[in-house]
Amino acid sequence: MKMKWTSYPYLLWIIIFILVPLVLVLLYAITATEEHISNLEFTLDNFNRFLDPKYFDVLWVSVKLALQSTVMTLILGYPIAILIAKEKPSKRNILISLFIIPMWMNFLLRTYAWLTLLGKNGIINFIISQLGFGPLDLLYNDGAVLLGMVYNFLPFMILPIYSVLVKIDNSLMESAEDLGANKFQVFTKITLPLSIPGIITGITMVFMPAVSTFVISRLLGGGQYMLIGNLVEQQFLWVGDWHFGSAISIIMMIFILLTMAITAKFDTQKKGSRGLW
Amino acid sequence: MNKTYIIELENISKEYDGIRVLDNINLYIKRNEFLTLLGPSGCGKTTTLRIIGGFEQPTEGKIIFEGKDITEVPPYKRQINTVFQRYALFPHMNVFENIAFGLNIKKVSQKEINSKVKEILRLVNLQSFENRSIESLSGGQQQRVAIARALVNEPEVLLLDEPLGALDLKLRKEMQIELKNMQKRVGITFIYVTHDQEEALTMSDSIVVMDKGVVQQIGTPVDIYNEPKNRFVAQFIGDSNIINGIMLEDFKVEFAGKVFDCVDKGFDKNESVEVVIRPEDLEITIQEKGQLKGIVTSITFKGVHYEMIVNDGTIDWKIHSTIMKSVGTKIGMIVAPENIHVMKKVTRE
Repeated sequence: MKMKWTSYPYLLWIIIFILVPLVLVLLYAITATEEHISNLEFTLDNFNRFLDPKYFDVLWVSVKLALQSTVMTLILGYPIAILIAKEKPSKRNILISLFIIPMWMNFLLRTYAWLTLLGKNGIINFIISQLGFGPLDLLYNDGAVLLGMVYNFLPFMILPIYSVLVKIDNSLMESAEDLGANKFQVFTKITLPLSIPGIITGITMVFMPAVSTFVISRLLGGGQYMLIGNLVEQQFLWVGDWHFGSAISIIMMIFILLTMAITAKFDTQKKGSRGLW
Repeated sequence: MNKTYIIELENISKEYDGIRVLDNINLYIKRNEFLTLLGPSGCGKTTTLRIIGGFEQPTEGKIIFEGKDITEVPPYKRQINTVFQRYALFPHMNVFENIAFGLNIKKVSQKEINSKVKEILRLVNLQSFENRSIESLSGGQQQRVAIARALVNEPEVLLLDEPLGALDLKLRKEMQIELKNMQKRVGITFIYVTHDQEEALTMSDSIVVMDKGVVQQIGTPVDIYNEPKNRFVAQFIGDSNIINGIMLEDFKVEFAGKVFDCVDKGFDKNESVEVVIRPEDLEITIQEKGQLKGIVTSITFKGVHYEMIVNDGTIDWKIHSTIMKSVGTKIGMIVAPENIHVMKKVTRE
C-alpha cells in the first residue's frame, strides 16, 4: 500500500499511543511478576487466575449490566431519534443539541450530580418523604449503576440512529404507504431495516464503554461494587499487580471484539452507510 | 355521480404557511385517459398529484374517486399507485421484493405473487432481473422497476411524477413511447406530471397547463398547441410570436400595421388583442409577395430546420423554415388566415 508522507504524523501517533500500549499490555499479561526486564518469564498464569468463579461473577455482572443498559438506551433512544428525525430541520438541530450539550460537561460531574439526586437526603427522597413515604435506598445498587449508564450513554445511541434515519429518503416511506402499507408496516418493513446500520453503531458505542466502565459503578454502586472495569482499576491502582490487570484487560478486549463481531452479523445490508465495523 | 369521470377535483386549494400554492383547482379526469399536468417548476403540478395520491391534504376542496369523497382517506387505502420522481425503490430489497411489496402487504398467495411479478417484468421488459439488487440497475431499468412495482397492484389510476426527468434524451424518448403503449395495454388512467412540453404533447390525451397554482388551460395536445388561451400557454407550449393587435371586426385583425384575414370571431369591435403566430407558420417568399417584409438578422441551424429572426422595422419575427436565407437578405413573409390565432388580452398582475 502506498502512503503519502502526510499520513506519517498519524502513523506516529497510532504507534506511540495505540500500538505500543497494546503491546505493553499484552507483554504484561503473558509475563510473571519479575522485577527486571532482562529476565522476563513467560507464563499464562495470569489468565488461569481469571478462571476463578469469583472473577467470572464479576465478568457476568459487567456483561449483564452492559447489555441491560444497551437495551435500555436502544428502547429509549430509538423513539427519540425517530421523533427528532421527523421534525423540521431547524427544530432538529435544537433538539439534537439538547442531547449533546450535557456531554460538554465533565462526565464525572454529571455522574456526581446523581449522587445528590439519589442520596438519602437527596431531592428525590425529599419529595418522596413529603408524600409520606420513608426514604428509599436509591443509591449503591444495580439500579443506580444502570441509571448512570443509561443516562451517560443515551446520546451515543441516539446520535448514530438519528443520523441514519435523517438520511432515509422520505419518498421511500411514502411509496411504501402508496403500495398499501399502513404506518406500522412502513416502520417494520422500511424504516427499521434501513436504520440497522445506525442501531449497530449505537449498540457498539454504548456496549463498549458500558462493559468496561469503572467510574459509574464506583460512584453510584458504592466502594464494594465490582465490575470488570473496577477489577482492572483495582489491580493497577491498589493491588499493583499489573500483570493480572493486563490479562483481565485482554480478556475484556477479546470479549468486546467477539460481541461486536456477533452484532455485525445482524447488519445484513451490504452497502450504503455501514456501522462502525 | 358521473360515470365517465374517475377522479374529480373540486375547488382544491392548498396553502403552505399562508402561501397559496394551489388556487381553486377544478379537474375532471376521465377513465382510461392519459392526462398530463404541465407547467414550470413551482406551478403546483406536483402538489396536485400529491393531493390525488393522498400525501397532502388540500386546505380547501375535495377529491372524488369513482363518486366517493376520498379527501380524508390515507394513501394506503386508495386504489391509486404512484411512480415517484426519483423512483423511491427500496434499497434493501432486490427487484423481485420491490415489485412484490404491495402484493405481500395485501397477503396475496406466494404462487400468485410469483406469476404476477413475472408477468409484469415481461411487460416492462426486465425478464430475469428478479434477483438483481437495485443499485446494480441503470436509471432506465430502475424506472421500469418503479413502474412495474406500481402497476403490479392493478391500480385504477397511476400517478407519475416526472418519471423520465433523470433519463438522457434518447432513453427519455423511448420511454415516452413505451409508457404510452403500456397505458393503452393495461387500460388504466395515467396522471402524468412534467415540465417538458414536448413530452406532454407526445404522450397525452389531454393536457392541463398550470401556472402559479392556477389551471391555465385544459385541452387535447392539438387544441393546446393551436388554440392557446393566453400568453402564458402560447409561450410555454412551443415557440411563438406574440404580437399586440386590434380586432377590427369578426375575421379581421390588424397587427404590424396591416390588416389580416383570420378565423377568429366573437371579440368586441376594435378590441385590443394578442396575436399568436407559430414560427413554422410564417412562410418565406420574395419580398414583393410578402404580407410582411423584413431583413434576416440572425440564423441558427436547429437540425430539421433553420431558426431565423426577421426584423420588419419594429418587430423581430421568429421563423422556422427548411429554406435558409442568409443574414442581410430581404424577404417577404406570408401567413395563412387559419394560422393566425387571436387571444383575449389578459392583464396579469
